[in-house]
Amino acid sequence: MPESSSSKIPVTVLTGYLGAGKTTLLNRILSENHGKKYAVIVNEFGEIGIDNDLIIGADEEVFEMNNGCVCCTVRGDLVRILDGLMKRKGKFDAIIVETTGLADPAPVAQTFFVDEDVQKNARLDAVVTVADAKWLSDRLKDAPEAKNQIAFADVIVLNKTDLVSKAELAEVEARIRGINPYAKLHRTERCKVALADVLERGAFDLDRILEIEPEFLDAGDGHDHHHDHDHHHGHDHHHDHSHSHGGLKHYHDEEMQSLSLRTDKPLDATKFMPWLQNLVASEGQKILRSKGILAFSDDDDRYVFQGVHMMLEGDHQRKWKDDERRESRLVFIGRELPEQMIRDGFESCITT
Amino acid sequence: MKQFDPGEGASIASITDKVRPLAVGMPVSSVHFLGETAVFVGAEEKAAIVGADGEILLVDIHGGAVLCAASDGARIVTGGDDGKLVALNAKGEVEVLATDAKRRWIDNVALHPDGAVAWSAGKVSYVRSKGEEKSFDMPSTVGGLAFAPKGLRLAVAHYNGVTLWFPNMAAKPEFLEWAGSHLSVTFSPDNKFLVTGMHEAALHGWRLADNRHMRMSGYPGRVRSMSWSAGGKGLATSGADTVIIWPFASKDGPMGKEPAMLAPLQARVSAVACHPKHDILAAGYSDGCVLMVRIEDGAEILVRRRGNAAVSALAWSPKGSLLAFGTEDGDAGMVEL
Repeated sequence: MPESSSSKIPVTVLTGYLGAGKTTLLNRILSENHGKKYAVIVNEFGEIGIDNDLIIGADEEVFEMNNGCVCCTVRGDLVRILDGLMKRKGKFDAIIVETTGLADPAPVAQTFFVDEDVQKNARLDAVVTVADAKWLSDRLKDAPEAKNQIAFADVIVLNKTDLVSKAELAEVEARIRGINPYAKLHRTERCKVALADVLERGAFDLDRILEIEPEFLDAGDGHDHHHDHDHHHGHDHHHDHSHSHGGLKHYHDEEMQSLSLRTDKPLDATKFMPWLQNLVASEGQKILRSKGILAFSDDDDRYVFQGVHMMLEGDHQRKWKDDERRESRLVFIGRELPEQMIRDGFESCITT
Repeated sequence: MKQFDPGEGASIASITDKVRPLAVGMPVSSVHFLGETAVFVGAEEKAAIVGADGEILLVDIHGGAVLCAASDGARIVTGGDDGKLVALNAKGEVEVLATDAKRRWIDNVALHPDGAVAWSAGKVSYVRSKGEEKSFDMPSTVGGLAFAPKGLRLAVAHYNGVTLWFPNMAAKPEFLEWAGSHLSVTFSPDNKFLVTGMHEAALHGWRLADNRHMRMSGYPGRVRSMSWSAGGKGLATSGADTVIIWPFASKDGPMGKEPAMLAPLQARVSAVACHPKHDILAAGYSDGCVLMVRIEDGAEILVRRRGNAAVSALAWSPKGSLLAFGTEDGDAGMVEL
């Protein structure tokens, strides 16, 4: 990792619906013998037992940026707390932000995109969502917050798997994958998960988009799906992860979807960049997360980008290797995505 | 706008050889003068008191980060992440003024010339005046506090505006509304204007006679340092690669006027402090440079060359004969003029 990002303090955002087991995971992280010190930012200060030296109570105060965009919301309390914490640099190694069960993770993530001082000192590492294997399917039906948290996640800890049957587990996993096929999913009892699976993920690190490619490529449901782009649902198809239970149900969530695009023809940067910017400007409220690796015509560099709602960041990453397929891949996760419009727009950016 | 000419650097007047370096040994978050004694407030735990002879006395003030500090010339009051509000005098005597029952962070502090002190923890602001303490809940977390120059009136900056509270009156506080997060607040010395530093890279102001809005924007970064020039004629600010000075001499304040842009460098201004008597200011930059600038014509004198970290603290002594500075990486110095 480059100096610039490793010297910044990693921040892990811990979300999950009420009762899913966030505090259990938090205590597990803190109590493990890792020799690291965490600053923990929690809500409802003092109400739950958390065993840590550095705990800061937060107010989850969200405010809208003055740019006329209703989805550009920032956690003001987080700006203030991180500012104060930076005076104690060296006293801790990483920060964990636990949100309330009803919180939308977007304002937390956006704080790291828009605040210059936050960006200078800290970096968003990953959004980790704890989900209750027994009740998540129900919550996805009646709680928009729960769906948001799944859609936004880089890592999903599917907890309380001991309370459900194999069939129920397959069902809830399929529901999750119907919303977010890209997150790393870990099945746990009492949040027993390896720390390396939830911390230091670098999920928002542009330079590490390469490292998350396997998940990115597989998209959870095989290559067919990428190419025909047809949503035939309910069909069994081969599941290419290593676990062995037979066919996996595939759900299409009516509201929240992911959309992946790819082409091996170079993109025209002069068309693609305005298109992407216009897309997130007009549809940013619907788009929760976006990321991509791009191959432009007349450009020997890979270009990588990621976004949260309307906020985008991107950079030339490195030269394409000689033995590498120059392929562009994009992923959007969002609510009621205008799929055909996005596909058509993307097609029009391909050089002919 | 004046363009920065790198060729100018060699010929700029310099007093760097007159600066007395001070080994305070800690990142500095602010510096204040109590008479001729400079007090450097550290980023955490300690303050360093520097007497006329240059001797440094380190004093423990907090059990963690120092989050805010204010001075009335006789004492310095600081708030910390240990939930304590602490007063420190030039002799190094420390007094705990208040301890938050829930150990919440003391985020902001302000002092009134008559001895009143105001502080805030989260959404609650407190005022202690003549032994009597009052608290007031704000709609959102307090971003900044300032006492008006006249009367016991407190401005409390928060989300979407500023609340003006008269702690000794039963009247409903006045609310000045402006969308966004307001993180610092200051009254003009003539009590006619109120200005906030916002989370976005802009200032917002109100003319208090009619609450007319003043938008002061165009900064590349957040404004963290503001200082009124002698007599309150202008408000000097950090946040750009020049010192931005908004004109407040007329009854309309900066409305419809361009600010003065002085002392451009290829670095961001990180701290400003106006001389108490003359139209001179000191500016510290993100690259560690410190300049003295004549407001009238922008003439510059180099006080400190570039270093490794940003200048985080600047202050003049009450008579204006001493200038002190401190940096984020623990360098500090003082110069006699």
